[in-house]
Amino acid sequence: MKRIYLDHAATTPVDDRVLKAMQPYLCERFGNASSIHRIGQEAKEALEKSRQIIADKINAHPSEIVFTSGGTESNNFALKGVAFSNRDKGRHIITTRVEHDCVLNSCRWLETQGFKVTYLGVDENGMVRPDDIRQAITKDTLAVSVIHGNNEVGTIAPIREIGKICREKGVYFHTDACQSFTKVPIDVEKDYLDMLTINAHKIYGPKGVGALYIKKGTTIDAWQHGGGHERNLRSGTENIPGIVGFAKAVEIACKSDVVQMTEFRDILITRVLSEIADSSLRGHPAHRLCNNATFSFSGIEGESLLLRLDMHGIACSTGSACSSHTLEPSHVLMAMGLSHEDAHSSLRFSVGKENTAEDIEHTVDMLKKEVGLLRKMSPVGGMDVQ
Amino acid sequence: MYSKEVMEHFSNPRNIGVIEDADGIGKVGNFICGDIMWIYIKVGKNENREDIIEDIKFKTMGCAAAIATSSMATELAKGKTIVEALNMTKQDISDSLGGLPAVKLHCSLLATDALVEAIYDYLTKKGLPVPDDVSKKHERIKSELEKTEKICLNPKAQENSLKKD
Ligand SMILES: Cc1ncc(COP(=O)(O)O)c(C=O)c1O
Ligand code: FES
Repeated sequence: MKRIYLDHAATTPVDDRVLKAMQPYLCERFGNASSIHRIGQEAKEALEKSRQIIADKINAHPSEIVFTSGGTESNNFALKGVAFSNRDKGRHIITTRVEHDCVLNSCRWLETQGFKVTYLGVDENGMVRPDDIRQAITKDTLAVSVIHGNNEVGTIAPIREIGKICREKGVYFHTDACQSFTKVPIDVEKDYLDMLTINAHKIYGPKGVGALYIKKGTTIDAWQHGGGHERNLRSGTENIPGIVGFAKAVEIACKSDVVQMTEFRDILITRVLSEIADSSLRGHPAHRLCNNATFSFSGIEGESLLLRLDMHGIACSTGSACSSHTLEPSHVLMAMGLSHEDAHSSLRFSVGKENTAEDIEHTVDMLKKEVGLLRKMSPVGGMDVQ
Repeated sequence: MYSKEVMEHFSNPRNIGVIEDADGIGKVGNFICGDIMWIYIKVGKNENREDIIEDIKFKTMGCAAAIATSSMATELAKGKTIVEALNMTKQDISDSLGGLPAVKLHCSLLATDALVEAIYDYLTKKGLPVPDDVSKKHERIKSELEKTEKICLNPKAQENSLKKD
Protein backbone atom coordinates (compact mmCIF):
# COMPACT_ATOMS: atom_id res chain seq x y z
CA MET A 1 0.00 0.00 0.00
CA LYS A 2 1.29 3.41 -0.92
CA ARG A 3 1.69 5.71 2.04
CA ILE A 4 0.28 9.17 1.52
CA TYR A 5 1.61 11.70 3.96
CA LEU A 6 -0.65 14.71 4.44
CA ASP A 7 0.59 15.92 7.78
CA HIS A 8 3.32 18.33 6.73
CA ALA A 9 2.19 20.86 9.31
CA ALA A 10 3.35 18.38 11.96
CA THR A 11 6.66 17.79 10.29
CA THR A 12 8.20 17.13 6.88
CA PRO A 13 10.66 14.56 5.63
CA VAL A 14 14.22 15.80 5.18
CA ASP A 15 14.90 16.70 1.55
CA ASP A 16 17.72 14.67 -0.09
CA ARG A 17 19.66 17.84 -0.82
CA VAL A 18 19.40 18.85 2.82
CA LEU A 19 20.61 15.45 3.95
CA LYS A 20 23.55 15.66 1.55
CA ALA A 21 24.49 19.08 2.84
CA MET A 22 24.35 17.90 6.45
CA GLN A 23 26.23 14.63 6.12
CA PRO A 24 29.79 15.96 5.97
CA TYR A 25 29.18 17.88 9.20
CA LEU A 26 28.36 14.76 11.15
CA CYS A 27 31.61 12.86 10.54
CA GLU A 28 34.40 14.58 8.59
CA ARG A 29 33.67 18.18 9.53
CA PHE A 30 32.50 17.48 13.04
CA GLY A 31 34.27 20.41 14.63
CA ASN A 32 33.14 22.66 17.45
CA ALA A 33 32.64 26.15 16.06
CA SER A 34 34.28 27.64 19.15
CA SER A 35 37.57 25.82 18.59
CA ILE A 36 40.46 27.79 17.20
CA HIS A 37 41.99 25.01 15.11
CA ARG A 38 41.13 24.48 11.50
CA ILE A 39 38.57 21.75 12.16
CA GLY A 40 36.74 24.13 14.46
CA GLN A 41 37.04 27.02 12.04
CA GLU A 42 35.55 24.92 9.28
CA ALA A 43 32.48 24.46 11.43
CA LYS A 44 32.44 28.15 12.26
CA GLU A 45 32.51 29.00 8.58
CA ALA A 46 29.57 26.70 7.89
CA LEU A 47 27.72 28.25 10.81
CA GLU A 48 28.19 31.81 9.57
CA LYS A 49 27.38 30.92 5.99
CA SER A 50 24.13 29.35 7.18
CA ARG A 51 23.34 32.40 9.25
CA GLN A 52 23.81 34.59 6.20
CA ILE A 53 21.46 32.46 4.10
CA ILE A 54 18.73 32.62 6.70
CA ALA A 55 19.21 36.33 7.33
CA ASP A 56 18.97 37.03 3.61
CA LYS A 57 15.72 35.13 3.37
CA ILE A 58 13.99 37.49 5.79
CA ASN A 59 15.95 40.65 4.96
CA ALA A 60 17.79 40.66 8.28
CA HIS A 61 21.43 41.15 9.21
CA PRO A 62 23.24 37.91 10.12
CA SER A 63 24.02 39.29 13.58
CA GLU A 64 20.29 39.37 14.22
CA ILE A 65 19.89 35.59 13.86
CA VAL A 66 20.22 33.37 16.94
CA PHE A 67 20.13 29.64 16.35
CA THR A 68 18.07 27.56 18.75
CA SER A 69 16.79 24.03 19.14
CA GLY A 70 13.55 24.82 17.33
CA GLY A 71 10.30 26.70 17.37
CA THR A 72 9.47 25.89 20.96
CA GLU A 73 12.73 27.26 22.26
CA SER A 74 12.61 30.35 20.05
CA ASN A 75 9.13 31.22 21.28
CA ASN A 76 10.05 30.63 24.92
CA PHE A 77 13.18 32.70 24.48
CA ALA A 78 11.39 35.59 22.75
CA LEU A 79 8.60 35.90 25.28
CA LYS A 80 10.44 35.19 28.51
CA GLY A 81 13.59 36.96 27.37
CA VAL A 82 11.81 40.20 26.51
CA ALA A 83 9.49 40.05 29.49
CA PHE A 84 12.23 39.66 32.07
CA SER A 85 14.61 42.06 30.43
CA ASN A 86 11.99 44.82 30.35
CA ARG A 87 10.06 44.12 33.52
CA ASP A 88 10.93 47.53 34.95
CA LYS A 89 9.21 49.19 32.01
CA GLY A 90 6.01 47.19 32.08
CA ARG A 91 4.38 43.91 32.86
CA HIS A 92 1.85 43.43 30.13
CA ILE A 93 1.98 41.08 27.14
CA ILE A 94 -0.60 40.67 24.40
CA THR A 95 -1.12 37.49 22.46
CA THR A 96 -4.03 35.56 20.94
CA ARG A 97 -6.09 32.54 21.82
CA VAL A 98 -4.96 30.70 18.69
CA GLU A 99 -1.23 30.47 19.38
CA HIS A 100 0.80 27.30 19.47
CA ASP A 101 0.97 25.74 22.92
CA CYS A 102 4.58 26.80 23.37
CA VAL A 103 3.53 30.46 23.20
CA LEU A 104 0.42 29.97 25.31
CA ASN A 105 2.21 28.01 27.98
CA SER A 106 5.11 30.45 28.08
CA CYS A 107 2.55 33.21 28.63
CA ARG A 108 0.75 31.24 31.32
CA TRP A 109 4.03 30.71 33.08
CA LEU A 110 4.85 34.42 32.79
CA GLU A 111 1.52 35.09 34.52
CA THR A 112 2.81 33.13 37.51
CA GLN A 113 5.87 35.41 37.51
CA GLY A 114 3.93 38.63 37.92
CA PHE A 115 3.23 39.43 34.28
CA LYS A 116 -0.21 40.17 32.88
CA VAL A 117 -1.26 38.59 29.63
CA THR A 118 -4.16 39.48 27.36
CA TYR A 119 -5.31 36.61 25.15
CA LEU A 120 -7.18 38.19 22.25
CA GLY A 121 -10.01 36.42 20.52
CA VAL A 122 -10.28 35.87 16.79
CA ASP A 123 -13.12 35.89 14.29
CA GLU A 124 -14.82 32.78 12.92
CA ASN A 125 -12.02 32.38 10.37
CA GLY A 126 -9.35 32.42 13.04
CA MET A 127 -8.28 35.94 12.08
CA VAL A 128 -7.09 38.34 14.75
CA ARG A 129 -8.32 41.92 14.35
CA PRO A 130 -5.51 44.48 14.30
CA ASP A 131 -7.85 46.98 15.92
CA ASP A 132 -8.22 44.70 18.93
CA ILE A 133 -4.48 44.78 19.31
CA ARG A 134 -4.39 48.55 19.05
CA GLN A 135 -7.01 48.79 21.75
CA ALA A 136 -5.36 46.25 24.02
CA ILE A 137 -2.03 48.09 24.12
CA THR A 138 -1.59 50.07 27.33
CA LYS A 139 1.28 52.04 28.88
CA ASP A 140 2.24 48.82 30.63
CA THR A 141 2.48 46.72 27.44
CA LEU A 142 5.90 45.31 26.60
CA ALA A 143 5.27 43.03 23.68
CA VAL A 144 2.73 41.62 21.28
CA SER A 145 3.06 38.08 19.97
CA VAL A 146 0.83 36.83 17.16
CA ILE A 147 1.17 33.59 15.24
CA HIS A 148 1.75 34.21 11.52
CA GLY A 149 0.41 31.08 9.83
CA ASN A 150 -1.86 29.16 12.14
CA ASN A 151 -0.69 25.58 12.58
CA GLU A 152 -4.18 24.15 12.97
CA VAL A 153 -6.38 26.02 10.53
CA GLY A 154 -3.83 27.76 8.31
CA THR A 155 -5.13 31.30 8.68
CA ILE A 156 -2.48 33.91 7.93
CA ALA A 157 -2.45 36.89 10.27
CA PRO A 158 -1.94 40.42 8.90
CA ILE A 159 1.46 40.82 10.54
CA ARG A 160 2.45 43.91 8.63
CA GLU A 161 -0.58 45.78 9.86
CA ILE A 162 -0.07 44.55 13.41
CA GLY A 163 3.64 45.29 13.25
CA LYS A 164 2.95 48.85 12.19
CA ILE A 165 0.63 49.38 15.14
CA CYS A 166 3.20 47.97 17.54
CA ARG A 167 5.99 50.11 16.11
CA GLU A 168 3.84 53.24 16.42
CA LYS A 169 2.98 52.41 20.00
CA GLY A 170 6.56 51.49 20.86
CA VAL A 171 5.99 47.89 21.89
CA TYR A 172 7.90 44.88 20.68
CA PHE A 173 6.29 42.68 18.06
CA HIS A 174 7.03 38.98 17.80
CA THR A 175 5.56 36.47 15.39
CA ASP A 176 5.74 32.70 15.35
CA ALA A 177 6.30 31.90 11.69
CA CYS A 178 7.10 28.19 11.97
CA GLN A 179 4.28 27.30 9.61
CA SER A 180 4.54 30.20 7.20
CA PHE A 181 8.31 30.49 6.79
CA THR A 182 9.30 30.09 3.10
CA LYS A 183 5.61 29.80 2.20
CA VAL A 184 4.62 33.40 2.80
CA PRO A 185 7.21 36.12 2.11
CA ILE A 186 8.54 37.69 5.30
CA ASP A 187 10.57 40.86 5.39
CA VAL A 188 11.50 41.84 8.92
CA GLU A 189 11.86 45.48 7.93
CA LYS A 190 8.67 45.89 5.99
CA ASP A 191 6.72 43.74 8.46
CA TYR A 192 7.96 45.82 11.43
CA LEU A 193 9.20 42.71 13.22
CA ASP A 194 11.29 42.83 16.36
CA MET A 195 11.39 39.08 16.78
CA LEU A 196 10.58 36.18 14.51
CA THR A 197 10.46 32.48 15.28
CA ILE A 198 11.32 29.97 12.54
CA ASN A 199 12.32 26.33 12.47
CA ALA A 200 13.64 23.73 10.05
CA HIS A 201 11.49 20.63 10.34
CA LYS A 202 8.44 22.19 8.71
CA ILE A 203 10.41 23.04 5.58
CA TYR A 204 12.12 19.75 4.75
CA GLY A 205 14.95 20.41 7.18
CA PRO A 206 15.94 18.44 10.27
CA LYS A 207 14.12 18.43 13.60
CA GLY A 208 15.63 20.12 16.63
CA VAL A 209 16.88 23.28 14.96
CA GLY A 210 15.37 26.71 14.58
CA ALA A 211 16.18 30.36 14.97
CA LEU A 212 15.01 33.53 16.55
CA TYR A 213 15.48 36.73 14.64
CA ILE A 214 16.07 39.54 17.11
CA LYS A 215 16.11 43.04 15.70
CA LYS A 216 19.25 44.96 16.55
CA GLY A 217 18.68 47.07 19.64
CA THR A 218 16.03 44.83 21.17
CA THR A 219 16.37 44.50 24.93
CA ILE A 220 16.26 40.79 25.65
CA ASP A 221 17.76 38.50 28.28
CA ALA A 222 19.41 35.23 27.42
CA TRP A 223 17.36 32.29 28.50
CA GLN A 224 20.01 29.63 28.30
CA HIS A 225 23.25 30.50 30.04
CA GLY A 226 26.64 28.95 29.53
CA GLY A 227 29.68 29.47 27.37
CA GLY A 228 28.45 32.61 25.66
CA HIS A 229 27.62 31.20 22.25
CA GLU A 230 25.42 33.10 19.81
CA ARG A 231 26.60 36.50 21.02
CA ASN A 232 25.89 35.48 24.57
CA LEU A 233 22.20 35.09 23.80
CA ARG A 234 22.00 31.33 23.57
CA SER A 235 24.76 29.23 25.00
CA GLY A 236 25.50 25.68 23.96
CA THR A 237 27.69 24.15 21.27
CA GLU A 238 26.03 24.93 17.98
CA ASN A 239 24.20 22.13 16.19
CA ILE A 240 26.24 22.55 13.02
CA PRO A 241 24.77 19.68 10.97
CA GLY A 242 21.29 20.83 11.89
CA ILE A 243 22.01 24.46 11.14
CA VAL A 244 23.62 23.61 7.80
CA GLY A 245 20.56 21.52 7.00
CA PHE A 246 18.27 24.36 8.04
CA ALA A 247 20.08 26.78 5.71
CA LYS A 248 19.96 24.28 2.86
CA ALA A 249 16.24 23.83 3.38
CA VAL A 250 15.79 27.59 3.16
CA GLU A 251 17.95 27.77 0.06
CA ILE A 252 15.99 25.13 -1.84
CA ALA A 253 12.54 26.38 -0.86
CA CYS A 254 11.07 27.88 -3.99
CA LYS A 255 8.06 29.58 -5.43
CA SER A 256 7.18 26.60 -7.61
CA ASP A 257 6.77 24.41 -4.52
CA VAL A 258 4.34 26.93 -3.10
CA VAL A 259 2.42 26.99 -6.37
CA GLN A 260 2.32 23.20 -6.39
CA MET A 261 1.11 22.96 -2.80
CA THR A 262 -1.53 25.60 -3.40
CA GLU A 263 -2.82 23.60 -6.34
CA PHE A 264 -3.07 20.38 -4.30
CA ARG A 265 -4.68 22.22 -1.42
CA ASP A 266 -7.29 23.73 -3.72
CA ILE A 267 -8.15 20.41 -5.37
CA LEU A 268 -8.61 18.93 -1.92
CA ILE A 269 -10.81 21.77 -0.74
CA THR A 270 -12.92 21.97 -3.88
CA ARG A 271 -13.55 18.25 -4.09
CA VAL A 272 -14.28 17.76 -0.40
CA LEU A 273 -16.70 20.65 -0.16
CA SER A 274 -18.54 19.69 -3.32
CA GLU A 275 -18.59 15.92 -2.88
CA ILE A 276 -19.02 15.42 0.85
CA ALA A 277 -22.26 16.75 2.29
CA ASP A 278 -22.14 18.59 5.62
CA SER A 279 -18.44 19.29 5.35
CA SER A 280 -17.02 22.73 6.01
CA LEU A 281 -13.67 24.37 5.56
CA ARG A 282 -12.11 25.77 8.74
CA GLY A 283 -9.84 28.78 8.72
CA HIS A 284 -9.83 31.71 6.37
CA PRO A 285 -10.99 30.88 2.83
CA ALA A 286 -8.45 33.17 1.16
CA HIS A 287 -5.77 34.18 3.64
CA ARG A 288 -4.54 30.68 4.34
CA LEU A 289 -1.31 28.72 4.18
CA CYS A 290 -0.63 27.10 0.82
CA ASN A 291 -0.55 23.65 2.36
CA ASN A 292 -3.44 23.65 4.84
CA ALA A 293 -6.91 22.21 4.27
CA THR A 294 -8.83 21.73 7.51
CA PHE A 295 -12.41 20.47 7.50
CA SER A 296 -15.23 19.54 9.82
CA PHE A 297 -17.42 16.58 8.89
CA SER A 298 -20.55 16.78 10.95
CA GLY A 299 -21.76 13.73 12.83
CA ILE A 300 -18.40 12.00 13.13
CA GLU A 301 -15.39 12.21 15.35
CA GLY A 302 -12.02 13.29 13.98
CA GLU A 303 -9.91 10.60 15.58
CA SER A 304 -12.01 7.81 14.11
CA LEU A 305 -11.78 9.30 10.66
CA LEU A 306 -8.04 9.82 11.04
CA LEU A 307 -7.49 6.18 12.02
CA ARG A 308 -9.69 4.86 9.25
CA LEU A 309 -7.72 6.91 6.71
CA ASP A 310 -4.54 5.63 8.30
CA MET A 311 -5.67 2.10 7.43
CA HIS A 312 -5.55 3.22 3.80
CA GLY A 313 -2.05 4.57 4.34
CA ILE A 314 -3.21 8.19 4.51
CA ALA A 315 -1.69 10.25 7.33
CA CYS A 316 -3.42 13.41 8.51
CA SER A 317 -4.15 15.00 11.86
CA THR A 318 -6.84 16.16 14.23
CA GLY A 319 -5.88 19.71 15.15
CA SER A 320 -2.25 19.96 16.14
CA ALA A 321 -0.15 16.86 16.65
CA CYS A 322 0.59 17.87 20.24
CA SER A 323 -3.04 17.93 21.32
CA SER A 324 -3.99 14.53 19.99
CA HIS A 325 -3.75 12.98 23.44
CA THR A 326 -6.19 15.22 25.20
CA LEU A 327 -9.95 14.87 25.04
CA GLU A 328 -10.86 18.53 24.97
CA PRO A 329 -11.57 20.12 21.64
CA SER A 330 -8.80 22.20 20.10
CA HIS A 331 -8.34 25.62 21.69
CA VAL A 332 -7.95 27.15 18.24
CA LEU A 333 -11.27 25.84 16.93
CA MET A 334 -13.01 26.81 20.17
CA ALA A 335 -11.56 30.32 19.92
CA MET A 336 -13.07 30.51 16.44
CA GLY A 337 -16.45 29.91 18.02
CA LEU A 338 -17.01 26.38 16.74
CA SER A 339 -19.36 24.10 18.63
CA HIS A 340 -17.80 21.14 20.41
CA GLU A 341 -19.25 18.87 17.79
CA ASP A 342 -17.68 20.75 14.91
CA ALA A 343 -14.39 21.01 16.73
CA HIS A 344 -14.36 17.29 17.50
CA SER A 345 -15.21 16.45 13.93
CA SER A 346 -12.31 18.38 12.43
CA LEU A 347 -9.44 16.98 10.46
CA ARG A 348 -6.36 18.73 9.14
CA PHE A 349 -4.70 17.81 5.87
CA SER A 350 -1.41 19.53 5.13
CA VAL A 351 0.05 18.84 1.74
CA GLY A 352 3.71 18.81 0.79
CA LYS A 353 5.81 19.22 -2.28
CA GLU A 354 6.40 15.46 -2.65
CA ASN A 355 2.67 14.69 -2.88
CA THR A 356 1.22 13.88 -6.28
CA ALA A 357 -2.11 14.75 -7.85
CA GLU A 358 -3.06 11.06 -7.56
CA ASP A 359 -2.35 11.19 -3.80
CA ILE A 360 -4.87 13.95 -3.45
CA GLU A 361 -7.52 12.32 -5.61
CA HIS A 362 -7.12 9.01 -3.80
CA THR A 363 -7.37 10.76 -0.44
CA VAL A 364 -10.67 12.39 -1.37
CA ASP A 365 -12.02 9.05 -2.61
CA MET A 366 -11.12 7.33 0.64
CA LEU A 367 -12.39 10.25 2.65
CA LYS A 368 -15.77 10.02 0.97
CA LYS A 369 -15.96 6.32 1.67
CA GLU A 370 -14.93 6.57 5.31
CA VAL A 371 -17.06 9.61 6.11
CA GLY A 372 -19.99 7.68 4.71
CA LEU A 373 -19.21 4.62 6.81
CA LEU A 374 -18.74 6.55 10.02
CA ARG A 375 -21.91 8.50 9.47
CA LYS A 376 -23.81 5.27 9.04
CA MET A 377 -22.47 4.33 12.45
CA SER A 378 -23.32 7.66 14.00
CA PRO A 379 -26.54 8.34 15.87
CA VAL A 380 -26.57 12.00 14.85
CA GLY A 381 -24.98 11.88 11.41
CA GLY A 382 -25.84 9.88 8.36
CA MET A 383 -28.83 11.94 7.34
CA ASP A 384 -27.25 13.62 4.39
CA VAL A 385 -24.53 11.32 3.18
CA GLN A 386 -24.28 11.19 -0.57
CA MET B 1 -1.58 3.76 20.97
CA TYR B 2 -4.38 1.15 20.66
CA SER B 3 -4.16 -2.63 21.10
CA LYS B 4 -4.59 -5.03 18.19
CA GLU B 5 -8.01 -6.01 19.50
CA VAL B 6 -9.21 -2.39 19.67
CA MET B 7 -8.04 -1.76 16.14
CA GLU B 8 -9.68 -4.97 14.97
CA HIS B 9 -13.07 -4.06 16.46
CA PHE B 10 -12.69 -0.48 15.29
CA SER B 11 -11.96 -1.43 11.70
CA ASN B 12 -14.60 -4.12 11.64
CA PRO B 13 -17.23 -3.26 14.23
CA ARG B 14 -19.91 -5.84 15.04
CA ASN B 15 -23.59 -5.11 15.58
CA ILE B 16 -23.81 -1.66 14.01
CA GLY B 17 -27.29 -0.42 13.35
CA VAL B 18 -30.71 0.04 14.89
CA ILE B 19 -33.40 -2.39 16.01
CA GLU B 20 -36.64 -0.90 14.72
CA ASP B 21 -38.89 -2.55 17.32
CA ALA B 22 -36.36 -2.46 20.13
CA ASP B 23 -37.51 -3.36 23.64
CA GLY B 24 -35.05 -0.91 25.13
CA ILE B 25 -32.89 1.97 23.91
CA GLY B 26 -29.96 3.37 25.87
CA LYS B 27 -28.53 6.76 24.95
CA VAL B 28 -25.41 8.11 26.58
CA GLY B 29 -22.91 10.88 26.06
CA ASN B 30 -19.70 12.26 27.48
CA PHE B 31 -19.66 16.03 27.50
CA ILE B 32 -15.88 16.36 27.67
CA CYS B 33 -15.01 14.43 24.54
CA GLY B 34 -18.46 14.93 22.99
CA ASP B 35 -18.91 11.26 22.16
CA ILE B 36 -22.39 9.79 21.92
CA MET B 37 -23.51 6.18 21.94
CA TRP B 38 -26.90 4.54 21.49
CA ILE B 39 -27.61 0.88 22.20
CA TYR B 40 -30.77 -0.97 21.14
CA ILE B 41 -31.81 -4.26 22.69
CA LYS B 42 -34.34 -6.93 21.88
CA VAL B 43 -35.20 -9.03 24.90
CA GLY B 44 -36.13 -12.73 24.75
CA LYS B 45 -36.29 -15.67 27.14
CA ASN B 46 -33.85 -18.49 27.77
CA GLU B 47 -34.82 -22.07 28.66
CA ASN B 48 -35.12 -21.00 32.33
CA ARG B 49 -37.64 -18.32 31.31
CA GLU B 50 -35.17 -15.61 32.28
CA ASP B 51 -34.95 -12.36 30.28
CA ILE B 52 -31.97 -12.43 27.96
CA ILE B 53 -30.56 -10.02 25.44
CA GLU B 54 -31.57 -11.69 22.26
CA ASP B 55 -30.33 -9.05 19.87
CA ILE B 56 -28.33 -5.88 20.33
CA LYS B 57 -27.18 -3.10 18.03
CA PHE B 58 -25.39 0.19 18.44
CA LYS B 59 -24.78 3.58 16.89
CA THR B 60 -21.81 5.60 18.03
CA MET B 61 -20.31 8.94 17.20
CA GLY B 62 -16.95 8.78 18.85
CA CYS B 63 -13.30 7.96 18.89
CA ALA B 64 -11.85 4.62 17.87
CA ALA B 65 -12.06 3.38 21.47
CA ALA B 66 -15.72 4.35 21.69
CA ILE B 67 -16.50 2.40 18.52
CA ALA B 68 -14.43 -0.59 19.59
CA THR B 69 -15.97 -0.69 23.06
CA SER B 70 -19.47 -0.41 21.57
CA SER B 71 -18.68 -3.33 19.35
CA MET B 72 -17.16 -5.40 22.15
CA ALA B 73 -19.87 -4.54 24.67
CA THR B 74 -22.60 -5.61 22.26
CA GLU B 75 -20.72 -8.83 21.51
CA LEU B 76 -20.30 -9.61 25.19
CA ALA B 77 -23.89 -8.76 26.09
CA LYS B 78 -25.52 -10.80 23.35
CA GLY B 79 -27.19 -13.88 24.83
CA LYS B 80 -26.55 -12.79 28.43
CA THR B 81 -29.36 -12.55 30.95
CA ILE B 82 -30.36 -9.06 31.98
CA VAL B 83 -28.78 -9.66 35.38
CA GLU B 84 -25.51 -10.79 33.83
CA ALA B 85 -25.52 -7.87 31.44
CA LEU B 86 -26.05 -5.42 34.30
CA ASN B 87 -23.04 -6.91 36.04
CA MET B 88 -20.72 -6.29 33.11
CA THR B 89 -18.07 -3.73 34.03
CA LYS B 90 -15.99 -1.35 31.98
CA GLN B 91 -13.03 -3.42 33.12
CA ASP B 92 -14.55 -6.52 31.45
CA ILE B 93 -14.81 -4.64 28.19
CA SER B 94 -11.41 -3.08 28.39
CA ASP B 95 -9.84 -6.47 29.30
CA SER B 96 -11.55 -8.16 26.37
CA LEU B 97 -10.03 -5.50 24.15
CA GLY B 98 -6.52 -6.06 25.44
CA GLY B 99 -6.64 -2.85 27.50
CA LEU B 100 -7.28 0.79 26.69
CA PRO B 101 -5.05 3.86 27.02
CA ALA B 102 -5.68 5.68 30.30
CA VAL B 103 -7.39 8.66 28.66
CA LYS B 104 -9.71 6.26 26.88
CA LEU B 105 -10.98 4.28 29.86
CA HIS B 106 -14.10 6.42 30.00
CA CYS B 107 -15.05 5.18 26.53
CA SER B 108 -15.64 1.70 27.99
CA LEU B 109 -17.74 3.26 30.75
CA LEU B 110 -19.84 4.85 28.05
CA ALA B 111 -20.54 1.38 26.64
CA THR B 112 -21.59 -0.17 29.98
CA ASP B 113 -23.67 2.93 30.68
CA ALA B 114 -25.45 2.59 27.35
CA LEU B 115 -26.26 -1.02 28.16
CA VAL B 116 -27.56 -0.11 31.61
CA GLU B 117 -29.71 2.59 30.06
CA ALA B 118 -31.15 0.23 27.46
CA ILE B 119 -32.03 -2.24 30.21
CA TYR B 120 -33.50 0.52 32.37
CA ASP B 121 -35.62 1.58 29.42
CA TYR B 122 -36.80 -2.01 28.92
CA LEU B 123 -37.63 -2.53 32.60
CA THR B 124 -39.57 0.71 32.97
CA LYS B 125 -41.46 0.23 29.69
CA LYS B 126 -42.50 -3.23 30.87
CA GLY B 127 -43.38 -2.00 34.35
CA LEU B 128 -40.82 -4.38 35.82
CA PRO B 129 -39.02 -3.57 39.09
CA VAL B 130 -35.86 -1.50 38.59
CA PRO B 131 -32.98 -2.28 40.96
CA ASP B 132 -31.93 0.71 43.08
CA ASP B 133 -28.42 0.94 41.71
CA VAL B 134 -29.79 0.91 38.17
CA SER B 135 -32.13 3.79 38.95
CA LYS B 136 -29.25 5.70 40.47
CA LYS B 137 -27.04 5.10 37.46
CA HIS B 138 -29.90 6.14 35.20
CA GLU B 139 -30.15 9.53 36.92
CA ARG B 140 -26.45 10.18 36.45
CA ILE B 141 -26.37 8.95 32.85
CA LYS B 142 -29.44 10.96 31.89
CA SER B 143 -28.02 14.21 33.21
CA GLU B 144 -24.69 13.53 31.50
CA LEU B 145 -26.43 12.95 28.18
CA GLU B 146 -28.46 16.13 28.53
CA LYS B 147 -25.30 18.04 29.26
CA THR B 148 -23.53 16.47 26.27
CA GLU B 149 -26.36 17.30 23.91
CA LYS B 150 -26.51 20.83 25.17
CA ILE B 151 -22.79 21.57 25.21
CA CYS B 152 -21.58 19.49 22.32
CA LEU B 153 -24.17 19.05 19.62
CA ASN B 154 -25.08 21.45 16.84
CA PRO B 155 -28.75 22.41 16.68
CA LYS B 156 -29.17 20.24 13.62
CA ALA B 157 -27.64 17.20 15.30
CA GLN B 158 -29.84 17.80 18.33
CA GLU B 159 -32.81 17.81 16.00
CA ASN B 160 -31.68 14.56 14.36
CA SER B 161 -31.19 13.15 17.79
CA LEU B 162 -34.79 13.88 18.76
CA LYS B 163 -36.30 12.96 15.42
CA LYS B 164 -34.84 9.48 15.47
CA ASP B 165 -36.18 8.74 18.90
C1 LIG C 1 3.29 27.39 14.88
C2 LIG C 1 4.29 26.52 15.57
N1 LIG C 1 5.07 27.03 16.55
C3 LIG C 1 5.97 26.29 17.18
C4 LIG C 1 6.16 24.96 16.88
C5 LIG C 1 7.16 24.19 17.66
O1 LIG C 1 8.34 24.02 16.94
P1 LIG C 1 9.39 22.89 17.32
O2 LIG C 1 8.72 21.59 17.05
O3 LIG C 1 10.54 23.14 16.39
O4 LIG C 1 9.76 23.06 18.73
C6 LIG C 1 5.38 24.38 15.87
C7 LIG C 1 5.45 22.98 15.47
O5 LIG C 1 5.82 22.06 16.09
C8 LIG C 1 4.43 25.18 15.21
O6 LIG C 1 3.63 24.68 14.28
S1 FES D 1 -12.79 9.86 23.83
FE1 FES D 1 -14.65 9.93 24.87
S2 FES D 1 -15.68 8.15 24.31
FE2 FES D 1 -13.72 7.99 23.42
